[in-house]
Amino acid sequence: MSVTASFSRRARWRLPEIVFWLLAFAALLLPPGKHLLLNEIAILALFALSLDLILGYAGIISLGHAAFFGTGAYAAGLFCKLVTPDPHTGLAVAIVVAAALGAATSLLVLRGSDLTRLMVTLAVALVLHEVANALPLWTGGADGLQGMTVGPLLGHFDFDLYGRTAYAYSLVTLFVLFLLARRIVHSPFGLSLMAIRRNPLRASALGVPNRSRLIAVYTLSAAYAGAAGALLAQTTAYVSLEVLDFQRSADVLLALIIGGTGWLYGGLAGAIAFKVLQDVLSASAPQFWMFWMGLFLVVLALVGRERLGQGVRGLLAKVMP
Amino acid sequence: MDVALETRNLGKRFGGLVATNGVSFKLERGARHALIGPNGAGKTTFVNLLTGVLAPSAGRVLLEDEDITGLRPETRVRRGLVRTFQINQLFADLTPLETLALAAGERLGYGGRWWPPVGGRTVAREIEHVATRFGLGDVLDRRTDTLPYGKQRLLEIAVAFACAPRVLLLDEPAAGVPAAERQDILDAIAALPADVSVLLIEHDMDLVFSFAQRISVLVDGALLVEGTPAEIEADPRVRAVYLGEAGHG
Amino acid sequence: MATILFDGVAYGMLMFILACGLAVTLGLMNFVNLAHGAFAMAGGYVTVTLMDRWGVPFLACLPAAFVASAALGLVLERTLYRHLYGRDHLEQVLFSIGLVFIAVATTDYFMGSSQRNITLPSWLQGRREILGVSVGLYRSFLIVVCGALALGLQLGLTRTRFGSRLRAAVDDARVARGLGIPVGLVFAATFAVGSGLAGLGGALGVELLGLDPYFPMKFLIYFLIVVAVGGTSGIMGPFLAALLLGIADVAGKYYLSSALGGFVIYLVLIVVLVLRPHGLFARAR
Repeated sequence: MSVTASFSRRARWRLPEIVFWLLAFAALLLPPGKHLLLNEIAILALFALSLDLILGYAGIISLGHAAFFGTGAYAAGLFCKLVTPDPHTGLAVAIVVAAALGAATSLLVLRGSDLTRLMVTLAVALVLHEVANALPLWTGGADGLQGMTVGPLLGHFDFDLYGRTAYAYSLVTLFVLFLLARRIVHSPFGLSLMAIRRNPLRASALGVPNRSRLIAVYTLSAAYAGAAGALLAQTTAYVSLEVLDFQRSADVLLALIIGGTGWLYGGLAGAIAFKVLQDVLSASAPQFWMFWMGLFLVVLALVGRERLGQGVRGLLAKVMP
Repeated sequence: MDVALETRNLGKRFGGLVATNGVSFKLERGARHALIGPNGAGKTTFVNLLTGVLAPSAGRVLLEDEDITGLRPETRVRRGLVRTFQINQLFADLTPLETLALAAGERLGYGGRWWPPVGGRTVAREIEHVATRFGLGDVLDRRTDTLPYGKQRLLEIAVAFACAPRVLLLDEPAAGVPAAERQDILDAIAALPADVSVLLIEHDMDLVFSFAQRISVLVDGALLVEGTPAEIEADPRVRAVYLGEAGHG
Repeated sequence: MATILFDGVAYGMLMFILACGLAVTLGLMNFVNLAHGAFAMAGGYVTVTLMDRWGVPFLACLPAAFVASAALGLVLERTLYRHLYGRDHLEQVLFSIGLVFIAVATTDYFMGSSQRNITLPSWLQGRREILGVSVGLYRSFLIVVCGALALGLQLGLTRTRFGSRLRAAVDDARVARGLGIPVGLVFAATFAVGSGLAGLGGALGVELLGLDPYFPMKFLIYFLIVVAVGGTSGIMGPFLAALLLGIADVAGKYYLSSALGGFVIYLVLIVVLVLRPHGLFARAR
């Protein structure tokens, strides 16, 4: 077997992947009613994908990933109000702003253990939460940023009440960024991240510059989270302080954990499961949802993520890479 | 005299403990040199100082007459100072193909690229070459932790080789390998190109005496003596140190 | 000025009692227990319920809060926590976030989501002029109680057989086991005392901090700050860190706006974590 053939097999598209995306796009044709939920799923999926880039591929635990989500949301919201209502430019601006914040704070998470990383990421999100709260003139404070009028997509399609345009917009953004992420994890850069996560000392002994790779992936992940935040701001025409909540950081971690870390589809599958369960369980009472999530996490941790994950992933890995 | 790797007065203390004590050591170009010493002599610390995992408390490290004391581990690797690991530190769930692609990719400067998939033509050719040399061609696509231990140790050396070493530090390359697979590893080491300078850190005296042209003995973090195998064998101080060290000779 | 300092010290002492259990589990036992605040909340609700429903006097509620939270801690440690010692940090994080969620949901379901208050006994209400400084009586009470507890803890850890066993068990569990120290029991007892103190802190804190089902999440960062800034080489570090935090928080919210006050504290946390990953008051290792 030739080496080149082995390499090209590594990144080949498989049938279930194609089916997955076809179904996701086919959902656009559903009768109105579910698109608002689907839009939320797509946004959470993108957010979880961004967390997977650092947690699953580079092994960085974050308890404050909402920092970038919220930054993207506020950036898109303010840009829409102050500069231009065009959603595409707004999305791009949000991505750039979140990436800049990611690059700046990446220096903080390079140092130290899991524990310091947990606290630094948590603290960064809290600082931003306080800043957003302290600047009501800009952010609307606790009332939220209101009065956004987002322009039509491609100058043509207006955002409607039923969320079909919103879902289309979020899904296309998710798909494009997913393709990029897929490309990246199969690149030499992605391979070096996988090595760093498994054994940083060993990676550097093979000539991998750990620091610059981690800075790069943290920045990339922040950009993705910023895009997710921007999508939420633009498709709901509203930004509240909740975009920076600890709860949001915890939720995305949970969604990713449900789907499994380190295989790109984990974030997507997790987002679907998370949102659907949330929809069903909180229909009766919001406490139930929280209780079951908590119980799930406790059991998951006790059984061991590896052991539980192996079972499920063994099945899935046969159909998806 | 052509020196590949040199330390000058290298020292390392952990709190009150002196792990490396004023070691001045020279590895000549193309050398087959062994570093031996009883357990706890400070061999591991010495290797970590050479590769930059630890920062020395005193002294310098020079690679081909250039001071590399302050360089990061990965920079030293790119300059040609490469090591293998004693206990198994391969990436268990990656394939040998991926591990080799990582090493070769970094060396060829592709490591940071985001867009092209792993394994361009240059990297592929490089891997084919290395895999053939170390007899790994038929196991490239298997998970590393499913390989026989001998193959894993061969991969360890092959990966280091893919980093294009000018100086290669072999840390107990044959430790734990079943007798049946051992010869493959000895052959692979013997077949290393002559222009690669090799420092073998080893417990196994048979291997040391069959391989090394020079031997240094490290005791309590300091160099006790250096010489040809015959000189070392005859040295009463070395005998004294190893007296009571059962098994290894 | 002096009043702010005084209030800050009282607040800081309360924070210390709330967080010192976490300093042990996180710092010494290397277990990321994000659910620490749930034990404090339990103590708070025990107090509120006892006082409101059965008219138990405040002072009698305090030991009850301690005992209830300690018992809860002991049960959870024996049944759940101990299985996760030594696991990777992500699993500990997931586990303890899960516990927080369960605690929040259960409390919300049984106790309601509204903010709860207590009425302090009259002898703890009001302010007095002492040396020209106006001091709150309840805050003086806090300083006395928490100060005494801190002193007791310090002595307990350094002077007693249990303290030396705990330090041995933490230093190297294997060696400690070899010496015949029942490491599992020592950890369980420590965990229980830490939880109990958190519960006591929760009871003492209802007046100052308020109490609602989201308590464990709201104050999580404060507990983490105490541990992160204080370091883990003893309890004096966390104690000083808690005092600093208390003073900075009270002063920050007084002199700046309440939002900016929080901002300053988190910023300090980040700076400390980056410059001194082992804590501001940690001895060099």
